[in-house]
Amino acid sequence: MNPHTVKFTGLLALVSLAGCAQKPPAASAKASPAVAATTHQAAAARPSTPTFAPPPESSIPAGPLGEVIRQGRAIFTDTPAHAKAYVGNGLSCSNCHLDAGRLANSAPLWGAWGMYPQYRKKNGHVNTFGERLQGCFMFSMNGKAPPLDSAEIVALQTYAWWMARGAPVGVKLKGAGYPKEDFKPAQPPDYARGEKVYAANCALCHGGDGQGQQVAGRNVFPPLWGAQSFNWGAGMHQLDNAAAFIKANMPFSRGDTLSDQDAWDVAMFMDAHERPQDPRFNGSLSETRKKYHDTPMSLYGTEVNGHLLGASTGRR
Amino acid sequence: MSHRLPVLIAIVLSGMPLLAHAADAAAIARQGNGTGAAPCMACHGVDGAGQTAAGNPRLAGLDAAYLQKQLDDFASGTRDSAVMKPTASALGEEERRALALYYSKLPLPPTLARPATPMPAADSAGAVLATRGDWSKGVPGCVQCHGPGGAGVGAHFPPLAGQPAVYIEAQLKAWQSGSRHNDPLQLMQHLSAALSAQDIDAVAAWFAAQPLPVAGATP
Repeated sequence: MNPHTVKFTGLLALVSLAGCAQKPPAASAKASPAVAATTHQAAAARPSTPTFAPPPESSIPAGPLGEVIRQGRAIFTDTPAHAKAYVGNGLSCSNCHLDAGRLANSAPLWGAWGMYPQYRKKNGHVNTFGERLQGCFMFSMNGKAPPLDSAEIVALQTYAWWMARGAPVGVKLKGAGYPKEDFKPAQPPDYARGEKVYAANCALCHGGDGQGQQVAGRNVFPPLWGAQSFNWGAGMHQLDNAAAFIKANMPFSRGDTLSDQDAWDVAMFMDAHERPQDPRFNGSLSETRKKYHDTPMSLYGTEVNGHLLGASTGRR
Repeated sequence: MSHRLPVLIAIVLSGMPLLAHAADAAAIARQGNGTGAAPCMACHGVDGAGQTAAGNPRLAGLDAAYLQKQLDDFASGTRDSAVMKPTASALGEEERRALALYYSKLPLPPTLARPATPMPAADSAGAVLATRGDWSKGVPGCVQCHGPGGAGVGAHFPPLAGQPAVYIEAQLKAWQSGSRHNDPLQLMQHLSAALSAQDIDAVAAWFAAQPLPVAGATP
């Protein structure tokens, strides 16, 4: 066991007291079972988590509305090509929201649409869906926020709205987000174990160096760390998000084959690598951590294997 | 052994400053190795383009590590083929390596610049499966690993674009039956199990109709 593992044990204990900063308000999930039960008969047995199936892509209507929906899909699946001005890395939305934002347990758009406006601890105010999308551009895409009335935000919102039509509003749907509830490792995540999991299951596509694989300048497999990946402010840099995403969806097409422990270990391995600086960095690593990363789910500003994470951002 | 002498003479006479292993590979491709390996070009074409009707795949321009692994796997049986096993088994390790390198460096044959079959419609079953997948069965779009248009990615995801439909179909069925089980992480064995015979037909036809990148470029 390395020294970091021991430190992490203490941190895990802390988080169970502090609770999860990113969870949607519990009240909203409990408040609307009646709506859900009448809307979806199949969900009647478990009214607190209604199910939802998005419409097929072939049902996108013709005409100007359909064109904007399609544009939203295009941005979502090839973000650097279709929202170039606002993207600072090689990632696309669909790298972490699989099947063009349609797949359950991969933070689908239909699961997010009805949960906004929402108060978010991340920025301390009520966010519209549009502002939430802006956050994706600033952090996950390591770029800058498109204006709320920009063609990009309008197209993405229209695509999400189309996909969520018929879903109950203000209700956490089954398959929304990543499956984080009660998903805890038996042992604290460990870098060395994660490195082995990575070599056996991830390097095939993402490369031994984590930089993904490119064809004709386009990512086929996305970079997981380094200058072309998400920055230190992105949700995926948090261990619980990454572990839940990996468990449900990785290796690609082989989701739910890694053990829980392997998913946590490899999430830590990925998130213990250097990546672009958090754009909210205020000059002090420790103060930035205290202000924005005060959770054991973030390794930002902590030392792993002798490297202070966030101190040499962007370096591979 | 009797085949080797004329080949050597031909190389010496040609005066080309070829590397020894490159010369060996070209000779084996043309003549076989004299110890049981059949000449590659008898089935894969003089330029490595393959043979569409017979379903013999293109080798020209494929990744060297991929090709070498396939030869190794034909010999070991993790990729079961009555045709390829005797030849692969008759090749020494160095010969397999040289052949893989040789074919990886062959330019894309110009005959493949235009697909032999018409492009299926964008909303055809094959196009949808290839580019979108069928996530209700946990199947991603093929191009998500095999690259845009099936151009191929690295050593583990070979190009599908322009390969004979007969070949692609046979491989998907081989993954299904387990006669081919040399895939990393069992990706293809797992995915192929979710496909129907109609799915396989459709997706094989779609990839066979994809144009290859500009002539001369390697994918």
